[in-house]
Amino acid sequence: MEFLQQLVNGLSLGALYALIAVGYTVVYGIVQLINFAHGEIFMIGGFGALAVWLLVPGESLSIWMLPIMLIGGMLAAVGVALLTERVAYRPLRNAPRLAPLITAIGVSIFLQEFVRLFFGRIPGFPDSKRAIPFPQIEYVTGEAFNIGGVTIQRAALFTLVALAICAGFLYVFVNKTRLGRAMQATSQDPDTARLMGINVDKIIMVAFALGAALAAVAGLAHGLRYTNIDFKMGFLAGLKAFTAAVLGGIGNINGAVVGGLVLGVVESMATFIPGQFGGSAWKDVWAFVLLILVLVFRPQGLLGARVVDRA
Amino acid sequence: MTTVQGTGTAALSVDGPILVAEHVTMRFGGLTAVDSVSFRVMPGEIVGLIGPNGAGKTTFFNCLTGLYLPTSGRVVFNGQVLPPKPRKVVQAGMARTFQNIRLFSNMTALENVMVGRYCRTSAGPFTSIIRGPKFRREERETRERAQQLLDFVGLGHTTDSLARNLPYGDQRRLEIARALATDPKLVLLDEPTAGMNPQETRQAEELIFKIRDQGLAVVVIEHDMRFIFNLCDRVLCLVQGKALIEGTPAEVQSDPRVIEAYIGTGPDDAAALESELEEGQPDA
Repeated sequence: MEFLQQLVNGLSLGALYALIAVGYTVVYGIVQLINFAHGEIFMIGGFGALAVWLLVPGESLSIWMLPIMLIGGMLAAVGVALLTERVAYRPLRNAPRLAPLITAIGVSIFLQEFVRLFFGRIPGFPDSKRAIPFPQIEYVTGEAFNIGGVTIQRAALFTLVALAICAGFLYVFVNKTRLGRAMQATSQDPDTARLMGINVDKIIMVAFALGAALAAVAGLAHGLRYTNIDFKMGFLAGLKAFTAAVLGGIGNINGAVVGGLVLGVVESMATFIPGQFGGSAWKDVWAFVLLILVLVFRPQGLLGARVVDRA
Repeated sequence: MTTVQGTGTAALSVDGPILVAEHVTMRFGGLTAVDSVSFRVMPGEIVGLIGPNGAGKTTFFNCLTGLYLPTSGRVVFNGQVLPPKPRKVVQAGMARTFQNIRLFSNMTALENVMVGRYCRTSAGPFTSIIRGPKFRREERETRERAQQLLDFVGLGHTTDSLARNLPYGDQRRLEIARALATDPKLVLLDEPTAGMNPQETRQAEELIFKIRDQGLAVVVIEHDMRFIFNLCDRVLCLVQGKALIEGTPAEVQSDPRVIEAYIGTGPDDAAALESELEEGQPDA
């Protein structure tokens, strides 16, 4: 029973990682950039959702606020992601690989500090230097379900359902649409894609936007689940999601989802490790031990990475 | 070269050349890869581009297709000077294949051709999410057109095979199908029969005639002389970046300079060198 409980906890935590990991993997697949600022995009998704809730008068906790918050979070996250792509990454498109990587770290710190210093300055908004309570929307938060002794938080269930919907949508988008095919083509051979008439700059923007939209879903889910959000929540979540993306095979979208879920479950299962190395205090240690083991024994990730095949 | 025959005053009418290259020069540092090459292609014409290795044929192709911006000279396609952006060039109606096969190897044959339709379709991110009737119609048309093109090049049976699993000759034909998917007016084929056996070469020849019969102009780079002289209406021979001769296959074939360029005489040729030393007069 305890095992089932931890499995459920792990899957819902993993769903959160998976939603963020997709953004790392999609962008990496197309521009070979580890966008370390992606964790902050997740954080901004949460803040965008909160901002919309604060702007709508009445402080309503009705379920109808959920789609409005989701759209607000997505607009904020996608907007910031596109802006960083345009301002910070595109000028470095042909620079050595290290330059955009360092820039990404810079963007990450910039976004954290910007939200910390700026969000609370907006009239009527709470001080953003501390954790801000997140609105607890009805139906998706509140009393947990209890199925045969296993407690399932409503927000956890929300996260899992959101992941299922997003993954389905993503599959259809990548495989059954014009832009999705162009994304695949660009990821396999950007030069040829360009010569076949694909606007590669646009495809890169689509990749950033897609990752940001899913990160915004995760930001909202995070707020509901942990009841508050803060400006630095993107750091560790981003690092874990990056780990999940590498675990699944970076560049591989299915891999990001699987990697996220596996990472979440491994973290939760760490409570079963007896002795002083067990318990939730050690969960991060075990998560990264898993990363190291995968990198040593299966560097291409669980599902194998995008095959780099260029003549 | 000076007047467009039979078209009177309307220089840009349908009968005018589809492609005009005027004194195209491409330098890389001190190396002049293409040196003031002028040439034109009429609709429905098959033009061959030959020359020894390193003559600048592929560089010339790259200038035509917007991959390189020529150092000087200009390329006029269908009456307009093209911007040096491959995407715009494809949009304008010029498509190409590659010397080294460059398919999207982890996509199916059909998907590869569907990618070629990208520039003729318009569904954006929002339409793709909503999947309205217009989106689905466009998607269906893309699929049908791609399947037609696979049938056209004789790959109708390979629809769902991954491109990398296709035999070599089929990969070359798939590249042609993908190029045709962009609805081109002019197709540039870079060594379409490289590495093919005689039977495959014959099939490629038939395919190129079929493409021409659809009203498209074709420019072919090739080393297989029998292939090129069978196929082409006109042949341009490049040597060390310069246009050596342009004419009908018969003219080019019998030109001593072409033979010299390929086989080599003078200082490079040991026998010639020997005779020169004996006679005491270099530069024969």
